Amino acid sequence: MSDIGHAFTFIGDNLDLLRRDTLTHLSIAGIATLISLVLAVPLGVWLGHLRRGSFLAINISNIGRALPSLAVLSIALPFVGVGRSTVIIALVVLAVPPMLTNAYVAIAGVDPDAVEAAKGMGMRPREVLARVELPLALPLIFAGIRTATVYVIATATLGGFFGGGGLGDIIADQATYRIQGVLAAAIWVALLAILAEVLLAGIQRLLTPRGLRGAPEVGPATAF
Amino acid sequence: MNALIAATVVPNFGGASSCVRDNGTFCWSWFSGRWGNTFWPALRQHLLLTTVAIAIGTAIAFGLTLLAHRDRRVGPPVTFVSGVLYTIPSLALFQILVPITGLTFLTVEIALVSYTLLILFRNFTTGLAEVPSEVREAARGMGLTRRQVLWRVELPLALPAMIAGLRIATVTVISLATVAALVGINQGLGVPIFDAIQGGAFKTELFAAGILAVALAIGADLLLLGVQRVLTPWAKARSR
Amino acid sequence: MNRSNTAQSEGPSSYPSAAPLEFQSATKRYAGSAKPAVDELSLEVPAGEVCVLVGPSGCGKTTAMRMVNRMIEITDGDILLDGRSVRDRNPAELRREIGYVIQQIGLFPHLTIAQNIATVPRLLGWEKERTAKRIAELLDLIDLPDDVRDRYPGQLSGGQRQRVGVARALAADPPLMLMDEPFGAIDPINRERLQDEFLRLQREIQKTIVFVTHDIDEAIKMGDRIAILREGGKLAQYATPDDLLTKPEDEFVAQFVGQDRSLKRLSLARVSDLKLLPADGFERNGEPTLEERTSLRDALSLILSYGGKPLPVLEEDGQVTGLVSTELITATLES
Repeated sequence: MSDIGHAFTFIGDNLDLLRRDTLTHLSIAGIATLISLVLAVPLGVWLGHLRRGSFLAINISNIGRALPSLAVLSIALPFVGVGRSTVIIALVVLAVPPMLTNAYVAIAGVDPDAVEAAKGMGMRPREVLARVELPLALPLIFAGIRTATVYVIATATLGGFFGGGGLGDIIADQATYRIQGVLAAAIWVALLAILAEVLLAGIQRLLTPRGLRGAPEVGPATAF
Repeated sequence: MNALIAATVVPNFGGASSCVRDNGTFCWSWFSGRWGNTFWPALRQHLLLTTVAIAIGTAIAFGLTLLAHRDRRVGPPVTFVSGVLYTIPSLALFQILVPITGLTFLTVEIALVSYTLLILFRNFTTGLAEVPSEVREAARGMGLTRRQVLWRVELPLALPAMIAGLRIATVTVISLATVAALVGINQGLGVPIFDAIQGGAFKTELFAAGILAVALAIGADLLLLGVQRVLTPWAKARSR
Repeated sequence: MNRSNTAQSEGPSSYPSAAPLEFQSATKRYAGSAKPAVDELSLEVPAGEVCVLVGPSGCGKTTAMRMVNRMIEITDGDILLDGRSVRDRNPAELRREIGYVIQQIGLFPHLTIAQNIATVPRLLGWEKERTAKRIAELLDLIDLPDDVRDRYPGQLSGGQRQRVGVARALAADPPLMLMDEPFGAIDPINRERLQDEFLRLQREIQKTIVFVTHDIDEAIKMGDRIAILREGGKLAQYATPDDLLTKPEDEFVAQFVGQDRSLKRLSLARVSDLKLLPADGFERNGEPTLEERTSLRDALSLILSYGGKPLPVLEEDGQVTGLVSTELITATLES
């Protein structure tokens, strides 16, 4: 147990190192999340608006869920080589499915009566999407983004073993940082993930229209 | 940076064939030579890790679900605690457990079980909560006791949601169990992956272990889907 | 409206096939609520009769019904089934002796139709053959083909599901049936069909039935006796449909029964109840004709639409047996 005590001492003594690695960690996670977001959310929203491609949209998350993160990293490694690109590519592969599926389900699941009423009042398809479907679907779309983001932050830790940098670097390098450094980074990254989850959950609550609050909460669908 | 990889400056994949020396895309002869003493045991070990974690996780989550079913106050704290556990990155959790329980099977299981709890508890309780109230009302009204309502009506109806939870938990556990090797625990399919990384990204070993892990996850998922189809024939017989 | 009140002595399950029910100042008070939901309700339902509880929403009619099988516990007073207090009974055992049909039906989606119907027999430990025989009997009674046995509720139409719900409630031949707006979720046309079917069924099985509805027309159609409840769970009037329509006890009942209560009364009687005017010298001239089973309400409507002149009543062979005039119909309202 004294190892854990030493870990906290390490945190106190190495705040600069942790701060630098945290920034690297978050920038890797941020880039991967942004790329996934741009790829997955518009596609999911579009398919959901057309209410087409449900087979693809639903099954892609089933397949995505079945992909062990370390397996994806190790399959990507020979193609891309050691370094940050491998880690980012693997993270994108892992983050796209939950985002795509949630975006699809969110839009396709909007109360058909509300969509029908909007059409009946003379809204064009684009207006239906912008004024009815998107506002109603936003909490659930964001739930997918939140799940994927926390997932990416957690999984980026594994990147330390693939030359990605970030907090995983410390965990992967017991030779340099000793057990207390490795433990310190583990505790630090755990707190970081929990903090991200709490923060994003708060944002999701703010994004939920008042009329929809109190509905069952939508939480993460994938683990890391 | 990249301490583990940098440690092996000149890759020596220890094989005689040119494919291995050149780190070719996939060296079949190397793979088939290692199947019996490396991959097959790792796969079996991985399956054992997963099965034990799912069995224990299911037992705990099911017990907690029955408690929460009786007393609403049980739900929120269980969700909170299991939610926190679930959010901790697996590498970090394994690493934090090692000083306490060592580089052991127990360490892996503690971490894996703690990841199943949120998924299973939430799916189990959602399954029970989604039993239509009129079905519950009719069951009580016909004279089923509380226990009979639970075991004959509510739990069978919750079964699809419960198995859906089992599917997610199973593939999650298969995925996370590979990570254990990164902290030095010699268990499961993560071991050859770690070995390949340390050996300078030996492609055959990376591909073989990675693909086996993916295949195991997909296979387990399909198996459970099949189990659900067999156990709940009524679920697909809906006209709607 | 000539239904028998006599209880048969033995049903297939050795329960009496119908039992009398009595509310004795039955009261339900919820904690934290000043006014009772059901306030000293007293009424007797003879064996084999249909008692309809009717009233505006919030009048406690469903609460009153649910106290009978102890889905809701009585606060004060008592309810006697076949002379025994339900308060002394084990609730689960009591409920197995009482058929229960609710608006949303509540069939078990994971069980086949046969398994659904067999629910209470199974709880009572019936043998397999006896249960199987009973299922066949009931499917025949509710007019469903035998091959629905192995289907799931999700594969049936709404009307079929409602019938299965009734069959399931009848499975162990309970002496009492509780029915909470059983046809409330069915469209008007099918509702009428199910109502007629149910009345035919009731003539055969002669159960004691407590039937809850908010629809006064349904109450008049289905009930041997009607209990009108007002807000606060107070009994406003308990009477036969005819008495309710002719002698509403107060303004509330008169209002609830409606301005058209004379017409409603006419719908209760048929041409066969009249002493027809002689048809001597009557020549048919293309006018509409009436039958013995035409309701007086429909007869009056036809007469009015044909200028108010008397119309002939035809037998099956086309013979004119007599004439019906407006005076003849209105005279029935005075008696």
